[in-house]
Formats: sequence, C-alpha cells, structure tokens
Amino acid sequence: MTVRFGNPDRPNSYIGKTVPRPNAGRLVEGRGRYVDDISLPRMVHVVFVRSQFAHAKILGIDAEEAKSVKGVLRIFTGTDLAEVCTPWVAVLEHLKGLKSPPEHPMAMDRSCWVGEPVAAVVATSRAAAEDGAVLVEVDYDPLPVVADMMTALDAATPVLHPEMGDNLAFQRLHEQGDVDSVFETAHKVVSANFKTARHTGVTLEPRSILVDWNPSEGQMTAYHATQAPHMMQTVLAEHLDVPESRVRVICGDVGGSYGIKVHVYPDEVATAAIAKIMARPVKFIADRLESFTTDIHARDHEIDAKIAVDAEGKILALDVDDWTAIGAYSVYPRTSAIEGNQVVNLCGGPYDFPNYRAKTTVVFQNKTPTCQYRAVGHPIAVAVTEGLVDMAAAELGMDPVEIRRRNMYADDTYPVTSPANMRFEGLSHHQSMDKLLELMDYDALRADQAEARGRGVHRGIGIASFIELTNPSPFMYGIGGARISAQDGCTVRMDPDGSIVAMSGVTEQGQGTEAMLSQIVAEGVGVLPSNVRVITGDTQVTPYGGGTWASRGAGIGGEAALRSARALRDSILEVAASMLQAVQASLDIRDGHVVDAETGAKRMPLEELGRIVYFRGDTLPKGLPRELVQTRHYITSEYPFAFTNGVQASYLEVDTETGIVTLLKHWCVEDCGRIINPQLVDEQIRGGIVQGLGGALFEEIHYDDDGQLLNGSMADYLVPMASEMPDMVVGHIETPTQESALGAKGAGEAGTAGAPAAVMNAINDALRPLGAQVTEMPFTPERILRALGVIEE
Amino acid sequence: MTRIFDDKVDIDLTVNGEPVEARVPAGQHVIDFLRQDLGLTGAHASCEHGVCGACTVQVDGTSVRGCLMLAAQLDGADVWTIEGLSDSETIRDLQEAFIARNALQCGFCTPGMLVAAEELLALGGVPERAAIREHLSGNYCRCTGYEAIVDAIETVARQRAGKVQA
Ligand code: FES
Ligand code: FES
Repeated sequence: MTVRFGNPDRPNSYIGKTVPRPNAGRLVEGRGRYVDDISLPRMVHVVFVRSQFAHAKILGIDAEEAKSVKGVLRIFTGTDLAEVCTPWVAVLEHLKGLKSPPEHPMAMDRSCWVGEPVAAVVATSRAAAEDGAVLVEVDYDPLPVVADMMTALDAATPVLHPEMGDNLAFQRLHEQGDVDSVFETAHKVVSANFKTARHTGVTLEPRSILVDWNPSEGQMTAYHATQAPHMMQTVLAEHLDVPESRVRVICGDVGGSYGIKVHVYPDEVATAAIAKIMARPVKFIADRLESFTTDIHARDHEIDAKIAVDAEGKILALDVDDWTAIGAYSVYPRTSAIEGNQVVNLCGGPYDFPNYRAKTTVVFQNKTPTCQYRAVGHPIAVAVTEGLVDMAAAELGMDPVEIRRRNMYADDTYPVTSPANMRFEGLSHHQSMDKLLELMDYDALRADQAEARGRGVHRGIGIASFIELTNPSPFMYGIGGARISAQDGCTVRMDPDGSIVAMSGVTEQGQGTEAMLSQIVAEGVGVLPSNVRVITGDTQVTPYGGGTWASRGAGIGGEAALRSARALRDSILEVAASMLQAVQASLDIRDGHVVDAETGAKRMPLEELGRIVYFRGDTLPKGLPRELVQTRHYITSEYPFAFTNGVQASYLEVDTETGIVTLLKHWCVEDCGRIINPQLVDEQIRGGIVQGLGGALFEEIHYDDDGQLLNGSMADYLVPMASEMPDMVVGHIETPTQESALGAKGAGEAGTAGAPAAVMNAINDALRPLGAQVTEMPFTPERILRALGVIEE
Repeated sequence: MTRIFDDKVDIDLTVNGEPVEARVPAGQHVIDFLRQDLGLTGAHASCEHGVCGACTVQVDGTSVRGCLMLAAQLDGADVWTIEGLSDSETIRDLQEAFIARNALQCGFCTPGMLVAAEELLALGGVPERAAIREHLSGNYCRCTGYEAIVDAIETVARQRAGKVQA
C-alpha cells in the first residue's frame, strides 16, 4: 500500500507537516546527555601529548617526571598501543591509484603534523592528566617540512612518505568531448584562478569518546559522539580484535557534527586501545586547541578554470584544474580523495553542455589531514562553476539570470547524464529559478541596487545554482572496499499498550532525525507521532546501518522506517481481522485505533489488541502470526546518488573604504524531493547557508611555512556570529525521487553548497563597476581592498 | 607557583536555590565545578576561553562565562543554571518558543543561549532584531544559523510586553 501524499486530508497525514521534535524539550532544559556528561565507576581520563613539529623523528620519550604527578596512572607511547591495535590504510579501490601509508593510533617513530598524538597520559582526573602531559619530554629531531600545496610534487620538495615514492596521493582526469579545440574557436573564453581556504567544522561539542572494556565478558562499550556508530563498531572490532557482536557503540546526544564526527580519529582509537589494556573506562574529550589541530580540515583547494561560451551565452566547454592538499595521511575509512573527486563530478552540474575536462591532483603535506566536511566538494565546484558563468555573462553583457536560463537542463529532459557522467533522475532548475526571482523580487532589487549606486553605495546581487549529491548507494564507498554501509534499517514494534517503538540505524545530531522518523512511523502505522518513541545511536539494539552523512537520513533511513511501519501495520491488521472476524483489507489503523477503512468507525483500540496478543494469545487461532515487531532495510539501487538541486541569492553591500561586506539578505530555493517536516528542512537549509557564509567571509586555517598552525582558537578562527548574519528566505520545489515510496532526498548540505558562490558573485557584482574582482575565499576586508587597489603589496 | 595558588578554598553559596558548601581547588573554573562536582551538566564547556558562550550561567543576576570565572570566587554567590531555571519555570515561555520555532538543533549551545537571551529579555520591552543579534554575539551556534533563535526571542519579548500592557 502506498501513501497518498497528494491528499493532505488523508488519515494519519503526518508526513509533510511541522511537528515538534521529541528531543527538543530535553535539550532546552539542559537534560541532554553528551559524552562528557557521562561518568562511569573507575573511570580515568586520557590526555594526549601532541607533536609540536610538523615533521620530526621521535628519538625518545621520557615520561619519568610525568609519572610522579599525583593521580597519573600510566603513560603510553605509540609502540605500546601497536601491541593491541593494528594500523589502517585509508584507500578505496575505485579511486584508482589512491595511496596512503599505514597509520597507527599514535605516532611510532615519526610525527607528521602539528597535533599528531605522540604519547598518552592517563590519570584519575583530567587536570592531573594535563599536568602530567606537560612533563612528558619528547626528544624530536625535526625533518624537512612539506607545507606548500602547489610545489608538493616539485623535484626539489622532499618526499613526505619515502616508501610512497612521491607526494602524490591521488590524481583523476575526466575528459568528455573535444575541449581543446572548442577553446581555440569559441566566441568568448573566460578564465580565473579560485582558492578556497582550509576550514574545519568547529562543532561546539568537541570530539568525545568514553570507552569501557570488560575483559570478563570480552565486551567493549564506547560512548561516542559520532555520526556512524555501526561503522565505528566495525572499526573498533577489526583493529582491536574483538568480535563485532561484542562491541557496542552508543551515540547519545551529539553537539554538532557537520561531517567532522564521521571519521576514524587516531586519538579516539587510542582511547579504546588504552581501555582494552587498562580494563577500565577511559574518557577522552578534545580541548579547543586539539579540535583545531586534530579535527579533520577541509576545502583547501586551488583551481585554475576556464569556460567557453558562444555569442548567445551557450556554454560550450568547461576546463577545471583542481589541486588540493590533504595533510599527512588519507583519513580512514572514507579517504581524503573524495573531496577532489567530487569537484570533478560536480563542476558544471546544473548545465547542459558538451565538452568537459576536469582534473584533480591530491597531494600529501605536513598538516592536519583533511576529509569530508558538510557538502563535500560542493562549495568548491559551485564557486568555480558559478563564478565562471557570471564572468562569462559580464563578458557578454548578459544578465546573470538569463545566461543560466539558457544553459540549465530543461525541467522536462530527465533522466539525463551530465558531461561528468552523473545521472540525474529529476531536477527542477528552471522552476527553482522562477521561484527564487519571485521570492527576492529580482527586478526591484536591481532597482534598489541602481539607486544605491547613485548614492555611491556599492551593493551586489549574486546568484548561484547548484546540484547536491544525497542518498549515496554503495558506489560512494562500499564498492571501494570500505565497510561503510549504504543501506539502513529500522525495527518498529508495538508494545502491549499500543504505543510504538522505532529503532533506526540513522542517528541524530540535531537535524531532527528522531522527529522525522516519528512522523513517518506514525503515518505508516496509524498512530500519533507522540505515541512513537524513536531510538537511535545504539549498535546493540538498532539494525545495522550507515548512520547520518551525505544527507541520507531522511531518504534512506526514512524509507526503511516507512517500510517497517507499513509491515507492522499489516501484522496488526492481520491479528485485528482475525479478532474482529473481518476482511483485513476492510480495516485501517487511525490515531491508535483499528477502524473500518470505509467509514472510519472505530472497531478496537490498539491497546486491546496488544492485551490479547501479549497476555491472552491462547484466545487467538493457532498458527496466526503474532509478531508485532517488523524490521525492514532499504538501499537505493537505480541511481548511484539521488541528486537534488537549488539556487541561492545573496544581496550585500561592500564598503569600498574598509573592505567590509555586510550581508543584507539571503535566499535559497531548493528541491529535496518529498519534504517530511517543512520546519526541519528550512532550518537545515538556514544552518547550512550560515556555514557556507562563514566559508565565504571568515573561515580560514592559517599555517606558516614550517607547518605550524597559527590560529587554533575560536578567537582567531572566525565563525559566523549572530550579528553578522542576515535573515534568510527559504523556498521549495518538490520533485520526489521515484526510487522510494517516500520520495525524499537529502537537504542537509544544500545551504552550504551554494552560499559561498552566491556571496562571491554578489561581491563581484558590487565591485564590477570599479573594475575589481575577488576569487580567493574568504573575502576578508584585506582581500577586497587589495582587489580594489586600495592596499598594495 | 605560589603556595596560595595550590590551595583549596572553602566556599558557601546558593545554587539553583539550594545551599552548597564545597572545598574547591583554587584554580578550578565555575563550569568544571558545576559540571563535575555538582553534576549540573546542562551548561557546557566548548571554547574554554570566553568566546562561545556555551558555559553561560547566571551569577548574582547577571550572565557569566563559567569558563572565565573561578569557583573560588563564588563564595556567597547566588548561582542559577539551566537546570534551576527550568525547575523554577522562570524561562518556560522562552523554552517553549525555542521548541516551537526549532531554535535549537544539537542543543549544545542552547542552555547558554537561553541564559543570555533571558538577560536581554529581563530588560523589558521588545528589542529590535539587530539588538537581539548584537546581544547574542557572545553566544555561538554552529547549527541553526541564528535566525530561528532571533525569532524565538523576539516572539517571547512580544508576548511578555503584551502581558505587561494588558
Ligand atoms: S566555554 Fe566558556 S565561553 Fe566558550
Ligand atoms: S544548536 Fe548546535 S550549536 Fe547551537
């Protein structure tokens, strides 16, 4: 039975409505339970001694003085942990040629970035462990440092991992059509160099893990702030030699993730290894400096790109040469080649054009490893594409909206395959653009801009169309050999009083996963959402699943929930039909009652059915199935990814004397397919936009030439504050995916994907009459003043 | 390090309306004292140097960064944390507005955000949106993008102003 989404008056119509989040009440009262809120009997604390050098030989570690600190119990080195923990190698077979050396939970005889764990101090209190850590003396012999990305492959640059042969981690060239000859003959060719800065996620809750090992049961329990508890279960089991069935990962409240908490971190595995050695609970909570030096970084790209257009503004070809540096190791198990790979996959995404060449070059360097962070690769690809499209429009004297209209895939051409070989099932670029222009009142805004310019005030409008990759299939990781699940499952159970419990493999980090699941299960079974208790984040009770990343929670976890809920409904109705001597198809469940499907007349409360099944099963016919619990798993199989699309616009003002950009307003129209909870989707979009705005205007990790990280605090690495952010208007087009009954695609990354490009284009729109242009993010006052020639070298 | 700094200090204070006597290390911060010694885990430590506001609690009626103040300075103080403000229903309207407007996602910033918001609301009147945003500049939220938080605070300011006039 399918859900009649077209009918808003259908019974139990919770999918598509704004219902409150079941966990919000707890969080506003300070009753959340984040890892650092948990204390276990005999718990100890670990603090890591970290490399102060970007590259150094470790000649010796003297821990004698540290041991004398009261409360310090033990001190571990890399070699100590190597005895209980095997190293990992982060490569994927389908990313041909990707290489990375084995990585241990702590440095063995060499450290490769500032912040790499070198020794671990365990004490009865965090304060004592910190006191001990300062006293551990590490004898370093500094080695030559690879810091610069663009010279990493030069012959004169030392090779970071000699056994790898060179500093090239991965390279991919994709070519379609005859790019070179088109560029030779095209009406106009525009080229530019783009830079996106090194970012990190700055989750307000730092990375946190508390691991207990009970040797008498051979049981490991990890309380972990993670997006992928089952993946962590598999990783801990594999590298610490415990059966998967004896590793339980519990993921309670998580204080922000954005992709940061989906990776395997050496210090977190070290914590588990130490717990296994000491046979007692060990807690690790990163401090803020550790967050900056050891949370994954991302988006450190430099791109040379050009676009060829004809006189009508049709895009003829796009040529992209992308470079990125990923630090000293590819990050396990997702690898650090995905971001560059995504740039190749996503450039030119909204547009129908024939000739495309893109190359990504991924190099090693002595910095913090980079890996997947919210909207992986999208902000880069969108900035390059949309930046070039705007420059081409300016070159042709064409309106930025018009050039997009002439190139975007028509809304009725799907399915299509892009020149990057991405398959699009159904997108809505033109409808989205129409809606955006209506929401922002484009013509009025242009008039306002002109009026302001008359007063010497420089305002700009920037538009950015984009595609977003969601609902990944095993094509993303599984086919490359990674034990990362693309499928997900849900178990739905009816308890004796008729209330429902749903256990799902996707997790909650604040997006509203539990609310979304409660709505789907409520509609699927036929009860009130408040009667559905959702349980996530416990590998011992939830079905095996991938967790929450790549905007898969609603599309994949939601579909599994819908299918298991419908299956439970069928089980309930089978019993009800027998009890009521009725035809099963003539019954329905509404608001917790079995009803007559035709008239809606109440026949029996679920509570009564539960009483009979659980306590008076003797009164039911022998052989009648009575499993009031059902599990279903779901995996996408038609398309490797469910692409979504959207378009954003920024309106801003540039102060040409100070270089300061003031964001006046921001708009986003996106199409994530079926919307399950409009409010949650809107707030995901808004939060995502602000993360993108941070990248456009503020966020940048700085290193010096020796590989020293220069801004490791929240005072020095700037993230958006309330006073700097605009109000945002969000609109939707709904093109459900046909792959699932639910039809949902993801919405978690669309905001971040498009916002930086919209801001860049708006700034350049404001600066164009002054002959200035910026393409290096973040667009700080200094960079803007340099572009204007106000300050010179 | 001087001898005095190593010492423990006796403090006698009120936390969420209940009397507390404690002997604290002179170097311990308020946030650690509340979280670790009193089990009040509602306020959080995040930046640990006064920038993000996740550790915000009320001390003697004003909002204070728990990571910047020492527990030893609390002698005689009247401290309120999110737990007490919830139990006493002091900010029930604000909490309900946060839930209704989905002004929280991961919730890690939320207890501090609510204390900061209450400080502004306690001044009375209906502040401009820009003033609300300005007041929240010491409270980072990495999830929501702030707009929903501003909306929720504005709604409560209006509600309270309406009540006062009525
Ligand atoms: S933890 Fe105190 S202000 Fe950030
Ligand atoms: S809700 Fe996550 S930081 Fe504010």
